[in-house]
Amino acid sequence: MALTDEQTRALEKKAESIRETIIQMLVAAKSGHTAGPLGMADIFTAFYFHILNHDPKDPDRADRDRLILSNGHIVPVRYAAMAHAGYFPVEECLTLRAFDSRLQGHPERLRLPGLETTSGPLGEGLSQAAGMAYSFRMDGAKQRVYCLMSDGEQEAGNTWEAALFAGKNKLHNLTAVMDRNNIQIDGMTEDVMPLEPIADKYRAFNWHVLEVNGHDIPAFISAVEEAKTIYEKPTLIIAHTIPGRGVPEIEFDYHWHGKPPTAEEAKHFLKDIRTMGGKVPHEYA
Amino acid sequence: MLNQDAKLAENIFADDVPQAPTRDGFGKGTVEAGKADTRVVVLCADLAESTRAEWFQKEFPERYVEMGVAEQNMAAVAAGMAEAGKIPFIASYAAFSPGRNYEQIRTSIALNRQPVKVCGMHAGVSVGPDGATHQMLEDIGMMRMLPGMTVIAPGDSEEARKAVVAAAKTDGPVYLRFGRAATPVFTTSETPFQIGKALVLWESEKPQVAILSTGSLSYAALVAARALAESGIESIVLHVPTIKPLDEAAVLEVAKRAGRVITVEEHQAAGGFGSAVVEFLSEHHPVPVRRLGVQDQFGQSGTPEELLKHYELDALHITEAAHACIHI
Repeated sequence: MALTDEQTRALEKKAESIRETIIQMLVAAKSGHTAGPLGMADIFTAFYFHILNHDPKDPDRADRDRLILSNGHIVPVRYAAMAHAGYFPVEECLTLRAFDSRLQGHPERLRLPGLETTSGPLGEGLSQAAGMAYSFRMDGAKQRVYCLMSDGEQEAGNTWEAALFAGKNKLHNLTAVMDRNNIQIDGMTEDVMPLEPIADKYRAFNWHVLEVNGHDIPAFISAVEEAKTIYEKPTLIIAHTIPGRGVPEIEFDYHWHGKPPTAEEAKHFLKDIRTMGGKVPHEYA
Repeated sequence: MLNQDAKLAENIFADDVPQAPTRDGFGKGTVEAGKADTRVVVLCADLAESTRAEWFQKEFPERYVEMGVAEQNMAAVAAGMAEAGKIPFIASYAAFSPGRNYEQIRTSIALNRQPVKVCGMHAGVSVGPDGATHQMLEDIGMMRMLPGMTVIAPGDSEEARKAVVAAAKTDGPVYLRFGRAATPVFTTSETPFQIGKALVLWESEKPQVAILSTGSLSYAALVAARALAESGIESIVLHVPTIKPLDEAAVLEVAKRAGRVITVEEHQAAGGFGSAVVEFLSEHHPVPVRRLGVQDQFGQSGTPEELLKHYELDALHITEAAHACIHI
């Protein structure tokens, strides 16, 4: 069902709050990744506030959908989205990366309920998601498995082993989402190790592939809905995102892949985010 | 003399002692565990026949997952299946699993504390003709360093079967090590087996040396103990199938009684079972220890017998090592 304008505005406003929390977390932590979490705020909002069948008060509920984050380094956006969804108090976000915090620098399943897995080393999330999807199908269980991954980790061989396995087994209950923001630590993906034509590569591995503007929440939700209708293949949604989305002065800049803003920078960044008023500019569509 | 409480096989020193590879125990054990618990699944990386994973496949085709030559994916898929409620056993050669997929085992299985059972076949030089690439000699060291990982090297095919069944009932990750070559089946269905427990195979009243061994070389240790007895030297043979958690009480007791220790393993002498024993004894009861293992070398092609002799891991070399340490 299509979102009403009111629903869309509410989700966009939620994404804005999540971006604010991300900036505050990174300033408090004094380390961490900025660009990826900001770029994925809209998609995490769509998952936690519309797509997922989940219960923040019962994070281990057996029939919940599974959201696997393969590129664990963007976990601040997941923590922020989970906090806003009610898994834990938003104030706890400020403990990111601190000693004894449940919010480890890279996500650890055993420390924080609801994380689903432990990740950071790239290329493994799709395998784990495929293992879950395979098991659920064996058991006739109906929940869906979603795997979020980066574009950079498409360079890891393990990713393609997983892609072969999911294609072979026609894991239609698995939907992968690739954050196609074109940056990685050492530069632009197409300079570090060209990935294109990435959609064709997945099609050749027997996946159904969709491409979408990762900042257009209704369009992303529609793509996820379409994936549910494909019964012969797993689906990959290539979500084109802007790294650092919401803060014009850092958007598209790979130098912000792996560093946090200073307190002074954060003041500008928060102003940038707030003055957008929750609207997604159409020139990026 | 043989420890009667161990209920070992009869006539184990006969020339025609029954032999079977420990990997057979993996095949039997997974079928047994699969019958007892429908959550048990077996994943295999294109080695169904030689790992004996096909025994489970024939019995439970719907619970067998063919992974192709993709050990990294196999480990992480198994972690996902465990998260979804399964008890996965993953089978390949130890050189590839954990040899190739160590990071996936570390992050997705160990740090994630998923009950995946990593089963490394064709461990040690006794793989034989395949040569060094396939003769895994570093797996015990790699796996025993991982927090929360149980590490087991069964002594024969019967004990391997029991170890697999026990592993299926254990929460948390387990590494099980198996060999390719047929080796003497010296235990019986009556022989006690418990994860974390060592077993005295040969007992003496006033032991002059304790031989601690793991894996199928424990049979060679027994043969050595008998030869030593014939030359008037009393010894104890402590078979230690569970390398981690180490049966510290049993190790301490035999070290105290004998005052000298020899460790035996088909693995690098550095980092493996002998190192685990030395780490423990040096802090709790320092005694002279001689570690028999492969001495910082890779393996090579040959028959299992030729290779065990070349790397000084056969009964003759264990006997010589015992003589040498007693006469220091």
